[in-house]
Amino acid sequence: MPETSPRVGLFVTCLVDMFRPSIGFATVKLLEDAGCTVEVPELQTCCGQPAYNSGDQADARALALNVIEAFKGFDYVVVPSGSCGGMIVKHYPEFFEPGSTEHDEALDLARRTHEITSFLTRVMKVEKVEAQFPARATYHDSCSGLRELGIRNEPRKLLASVEGVSLREMTDAEVCCGFGGTFCVKYPGISDKMLEKKLRHIEATGADTLIAGDLGCLMNMAGKLKRQGSAIKVRHVAEVLAGDYETPPIAEAE
Amino acid sequence: MTEMSTTAFKDNVTRALADDKLQFAMTETGPRFIAKRTKAREALPEFDQLRDQARDIKDHVLDHLDIYLETYEAKVKEAGGHVHWAETPDEARAAVLEICRKANAKMVTKGKSMISEEIDLNKHLEENGITPVETDLGEYIIQLRNERPSHIIAPAVHLTRDQVEADFRRVHTHLDPKRDLTEIPALVEEARAVLRQKYLNADVGITGANFLIAETGTSIIVTNEGNGDLTQSLPKVHIVLASIEKLVPTLEDATTILRVLARSATGQDFSNYTTFSTGGRRPGDPDGPVEYHVILLDNGRTSVLGTEFQDMLRCIRCGACLNHCPVYNAVGGHAYGWVYPGPIGSVVTPALVGIENARHLPNASTFCGRCEEVCPMRIPIPKMLRHWREKEFERHLQPTSQRWGLGLWAFMAKRPRLYRKATAIAARVLSNQAVGKGRLKKVPLASGWTAFRDLPAPQGKTFHQLWKERRP
Amino acid sequence: MSAREMILGRVRARIPRGPEGARREAVERRLAEHPRNLIPQRGQGDIEHRIRVFTEMMLAVGGTVEVIDDINEVPHHVAVYLRDGNLPARVRRGADPLLARLPWHRGGTLEVVEGPAVDEDRASVTHAFAGIAESGTIVQISGADNPTTLNFLPEAHIVVLESAALFASYEEAWTKLRSLMGEGIMPRTVNMISGPSRTADIEQTIVRPAHGPKNMHVIIVR
Repeated sequence: MPETSPRVGLFVTCLVDMFRPSIGFATVKLLEDAGCTVEVPELQTCCGQPAYNSGDQADARALALNVIEAFKGFDYVVVPSGSCGGMIVKHYPEFFEPGSTEHDEALDLARRTHEITSFLTRVMKVEKVEAQFPARATYHDSCSGLRELGIRNEPRKLLASVEGVSLREMTDAEVCCGFGGTFCVKYPGISDKMLEKKLRHIEATGADTLIAGDLGCLMNMAGKLKRQGSAIKVRHVAEVLAGDYETPPIAEAE
Repeated sequence: MTEMSTTAFKDNVTRALADDKLQFAMTETGPRFIAKRTKAREALPEFDQLRDQARDIKDHVLDHLDIYLETYEAKVKEAGGHVHWAETPDEARAAVLEICRKANAKMVTKGKSMISEEIDLNKHLEENGITPVETDLGEYIIQLRNERPSHIIAPAVHLTRDQVEADFRRVHTHLDPKRDLTEIPALVEEARAVLRQKYLNADVGITGANFLIAETGTSIIVTNEGNGDLTQSLPKVHIVLASIEKLVPTLEDATTILRVLARSATGQDFSNYTTFSTGGRRPGDPDGPVEYHVILLDNGRTSVLGTEFQDMLRCIRCGACLNHCPVYNAVGGHAYGWVYPGPIGSVVTPALVGIENARHLPNASTFCGRCEEVCPMRIPIPKMLRHWREKEFERHLQPTSQRWGLGLWAFMAKRPRLYRKATAIAARVLSNQAVGKGRLKKVPLASGWTAFRDLPAPQGKTFHQLWKERRP
Repeated sequence: MSAREMILGRVRARIPRGPEGARREAVERRLAEHPRNLIPQRGQGDIEHRIRVFTEMMLAVGGTVEVIDDINEVPHHVAVYLRDGNLPARVRRGADPLLARLPWHRGGTLEVVEGPAVDEDRASVTHAFAGIAESGTIVQISGADNPTTLNFLPEAHIVVLESAALFASYEEAWTKLRSLMGEGIMPRTVNMISGPSRTADIEQTIVRPAHGPKNMHVIIVR
């Protein structure tokens, strides 16, 4: 753990900002509990992934430059999403010509940027969190966090330290839930078939709570679970680690 | 033979999702491929290092492809074989037909070849009075059904045993109606008996090639059934269909890639039959083909060289990316509408038929990255799918609504103050509509989302609004 | 221009060009030196280890293996294998000198016929060019000694493998082949065979045999 209190910029992500600020606040709590000073740069909007994945390089690049600008000077940038984290860490540097100032800055940002659970465990060397959360939970590995950032044990390790959480693994935890950003609205039938398989594996665990690290995947899975009338509660990993069981689960009012 | 239907992708998908037999077959078999590969990979500690070397070998070949092609050709000739160059499917078909005619061929047996599918060879042979007989069991079954393969290495993976039984009963008129064909071994035995006579009577044997070795002028086929070997050993003429990127430098290099091929494809340590063929019958040979021909096909591959898509030419057609793809497993191979399905197909097909004819394929991916994770040749498939989307965007091929929606969103996202206001309004409006429910069943312009799932409602205020209130 | 010239021309126009001499030299060197890449540890070890790994791998793919000490015992073991498998006491072989020298009369009523396989043949015996411990693979080379069809047409394929030819890896077989044929020269066909014929084309269920032999039996002679 760094000796002085690291200055962390929170990259909220556009989905958390608009749909579920409680994830952002849970993330802030986790960072502050770990001894960080947290700031939220006003300039940030979206990481640019929708543009990037739609083949719109110019806008993706413009948004990347905006994020680079917004997070200059922070010791670390922390994101409650493996997907936006992967975008910054893996893809931003590819936008710019090696040797250019922008490329250097993108690499610098990539080095400073971390997904929340991996930041806590890898950088801040957090072994456990002080939280309570009653849940028979199962954890879904979101694709980008898993395959772009190698996040697998980090959330599980921290979740195991939460008082009241018991984890049971689902079959194919590492298989995509069918979200895929604009994919799920462009090809809803395929997305639904993938989601159907995913929900079968979730339900087979007997868990009462589904946890993952990306709000996009969570909204996808929660949206269908609730459409089907399932009682399974859906939560972001940061909320559980922060012990925020008072905020209603995703897609629920109470 | 089904025609190309890549443009009808959405219709194909709708049909595939409603096909219960297909869905049953995909659900049953998909996980088996994955479990087999995982086991084989875990049993070989050097597997990932071999993948790195395999990639490097092919990269080296592609950087020196002209020289390797010339060297290979010279070695084939030295061994008494013939090389026929073909720029297009037309030229390849014509070359095959000419060889068959010179051999007075009535019937040809065929080992499994994706190039044969690519050039639609069977149709051409039939039109010219020559009967092609597919001998790989899966290919044989789909030939009876007049279908295309739905998988690169398991052509009939979309079918169940009762469908196969029905096809055999329909075509094998000698079959006793009382004979029990409900179990898979009985079906295999029936195919074995029928095809045995075909091997013995064929005039020409046509196979594909997994690799071509420049050092020796050798073509390699890899099979488990032994059908490829019977196809190429018994008739007087052996024709090899290969595309130009199949080259590897040496026996050692082929060996390294073979070590990752079977493990990735079927989860075997090595396929049952790996056969190295160099030229025709030698003096004193009591068996084997008298003539040995290689058709070297380009069909658009040279146009990929030197571009951001070059890495696709490393592909060894193992099918691992298909087996691990959740989209492929949801819709099966036929939905992709052409010869090469799955993730690698979505990269290759636009290159060979044009992105304007296949724009859905690179879009029908969540970029989950599992294909790249398992690719033995470390082809960055998601990256290349994204490159296709870039081409599509550059050429304005996307639907107008999608383009406008994206444009509007990007306009806002680049203006943080405006974006703050717009998201605050949207969050408030949506959450007001969902009071007491936490979710929405219908949202204007979001039918793609709400067709199958509710939309979780925003909590009310945006994070940025709340942050300002709580931490002024 | 011919298709050949068109294709080669496009390749040359599109790949990154270094100096032509250096490119050719890189290719020529690789072909001449044919360097070995990474070879897995699995098969590496003394002959007992290689026999153990080979046997394990061959059994895993549905083949069978026996190890004998005296090559002159081969006919007896062939006869016993056929009898145990309820096959006629008749076997097809090529002109292989080692097989030709064997005291076939020790196989009792065993009938031995020579030449390439025909459809009616139920069993064949071949002399392996090499065995590969790494994956339980037999290497056969074509020619009058061991005609290729013997490997595929009969339903039982019996292989005689001398322990001196049981290598750890494929690479050693290539070295042996080059010393036999010369650099850059191959026999018409080299068959690597790992177990009896199989298919999984219906519902990914493994069935043996498909089109080739139903049984593969390797007799390793120490």
